[in-house]
Amino acid sequence: MRITYREAVRQALREALTRDPRVFLMGEDVGKYGGTYAVSKRLLEEFGPRRIRDTPLSELAFVGCGIGAALGGTRPIVEVMTVNFSLLALDQIVNNAALLRHMSGGQFSVPLVIRMATGAGRQLAAQHSHSLEGWYAHIPGIKVLAPATIEDARGMLAPALADPDPVLIFEHALLYNMEGELGAPEAGADIAHARVRRAGADVTLIGYGAMLWKTLDAAEALAADGISAEVIDLRVLRPLDDATFLESVRKTRRAVIVDEGWRSGSLAAEVSARIMEQAFYDLDAPVARVCSEEVPMPYPRHLEEAALPQAPKIVTAVRALLPRK
Amino acid sequence: MTSGLPVPYQRDEALVLLRHMLRIRRFEEKCAELYGQQKIRGFLHLYIGEEAVAAGAIPVLAPEDALVCTYREHGHALVRGIAMNALMAEMYGKREGCSRGRGGSMHIYDARTRFYGGNAIVGGGLPMAVGLALADDMQGIRRVTACFFGEGAVAEGVFHESMNLAALWKLPVLFCCENNLYAMGTRIDLSESQTDLTVKAASFGVPTRKVDGMDVVAVHAAAMEAVEYVRERQSPLFVEFQTYRFRAHSMFDPELYRDKAEVEEWKQRGPLHTYTDRLKAQGLMTEEDFQRLDGEANAEVAAAVAYAEQGAWEPIEDLTRDVYTPP
Repeated sequence: MRITYREAVRQALREALTRDPRVFLMGEDVGKYGGTYAVSKRLLEEFGPRRIRDTPLSELAFVGCGIGAALGGTRPIVEVMTVNFSLLALDQIVNNAALLRHMSGGQFSVPLVIRMATGAGRQLAAQHSHSLEGWYAHIPGIKVLAPATIEDARGMLAPALADPDPVLIFEHALLYNMEGELGAPEAGADIAHARVRRAGADVTLIGYGAMLWKTLDAAEALAADGISAEVIDLRVLRPLDDATFLESVRKTRRAVIVDEGWRSGSLAAEVSARIMEQAFYDLDAPVARVCSEEVPMPYPRHLEEAALPQAPKIVTAVRALLPRK
Repeated sequence: MTSGLPVPYQRDEALVLLRHMLRIRRFEEKCAELYGQQKIRGFLHLYIGEEAVAAGAIPVLAPEDALVCTYREHGHALVRGIAMNALMAEMYGKREGCSRGRGGSMHIYDARTRFYGGNAIVGGGLPMAVGLALADDMQGIRRVTACFFGEGAVAEGVFHESMNLAALWKLPVLFCCENNLYAMGTRIDLSESQTDLTVKAASFGVPTRKVDGMDVVAVHAAAMEAVEYVRERQSPLFVEFQTYRFRAHSMFDPELYRDKAEVEEWKQRGPLHTYTDRLKAQGLMTEEDFQRLDGEANAEVAAAVAYAEQGAWEPIEDLTRDVYTPP
């Protein structure tokens, strides 16, 4: 079946709401408006206002409310409009959701799912375009997912809801319109592992979210020049699945990490460090990174494109690691 | 404000309230001492002076109700029924503590009594309380969530967001504002343009009450009415308990911001001795009764200290447990 990423997320939501009466969705404009990115369109009609809850513009309160509701026996899915707005809820996400289990000596888990849009590419300028999921991946106590494919958009919600701990799902805003083939929904799609999205032998390209597609484009371009790139989709940003990318790097002996976050203190930095720590002697070249330029996202198209990782930049980074052919 | 009215209880009930206050007072006096001995470390925020609020309000809640409190929550925990042994062990950071020693003074949790902290971010518990009430509402369970916070939290945006949400969705939250006049060292009139806190709550359409928080009888009566209101109407209520802390904000506070005379003035209204005097004057209690109750409280504290002393340190091998739920 050919559907969009948006429709895949909606199907996942519909299935979750249908299967478990404890599940409900809340967030800004998820109901009558149908979701800022139209993800929850028509769900209000289907499930009613108690389970598709429009909230006031109160990120801090409705995320905290989601935490309390999770503690109280329901299974909330909280939608935050964009990652930039999630900063208004940072206290509740970090100081409560992530810490409660530990602070309570293991008495209280918080089975909460928070979904939000992330990323640039739509000329939405500095306050609507950043990729801050790497910040969240810094925090022990939460899990951080970045579905890049239609399958993951469809499949990651159910295991996230089944998880007893808080799970943050980052949906790249550019992906909502992406169309693709959806096979039979995987029962219990895994939220623990990275995946090899393209097999290769000469270099390992590691990305996630929308960057996966630019990375695959780069791999395609490299293939035309006889360079075989293996592409890893991280999928799960916390806890990181070291084993999958290390296995690949040990084989290809070269790694380029592609991350829409800023380079300094980025998730790419973490992946790079883990490769250095665990596979240094398997490397034939330094680990390279292609990240966003260290500038707030500019509005004009050409500057936005220049600020972001692009396939040609990835290709250039790969070539620099390889002996001249 | 209803200070000084006759105590309207039979002897047994009257003594229960006194017992709660004595247990808090003696427990915390011992904590201060243990802090001096470096048995208790970190931050320690004492509730001394404010005991009437927890002692009068919390017994009114039903066992199935929920509580969300602050970092000044030892009293609430004791009145709610968290064992003093487990509480003292938590103060020590021992494995036998109610939060396994991981939380300490500011992070008291207890699933059995639905005690959800112990929150050390001012205002941080409020939206969680709203969420607990939302869960009840969605599941058709008629329970009350009582949320305690200081007047300092009223300055936080999250107070306003949480009040709005609770009022908008008509959720059974009892907002209990313990107004002790100082947000750490900042007096309320230096931080609030509107010092009548009930006005703020009322702006959300939430009904409000103002109670003399130094008078356990007034607190108890107000709490009975308030809890019943929230339970019956399944909608929020805001109660301001006007109270005062006799000790410093925390053990690091040199109290440069308030006059000793002011503290002394409030101490005249101390919840423990004024209530004791009233009970005696009304013939509900003798000095012997008081000594017996006080002796019991001290004995319980001594036993709790012994329990905490004998408690175990968690092995370092267990350091990373309870970050995620084990599969």
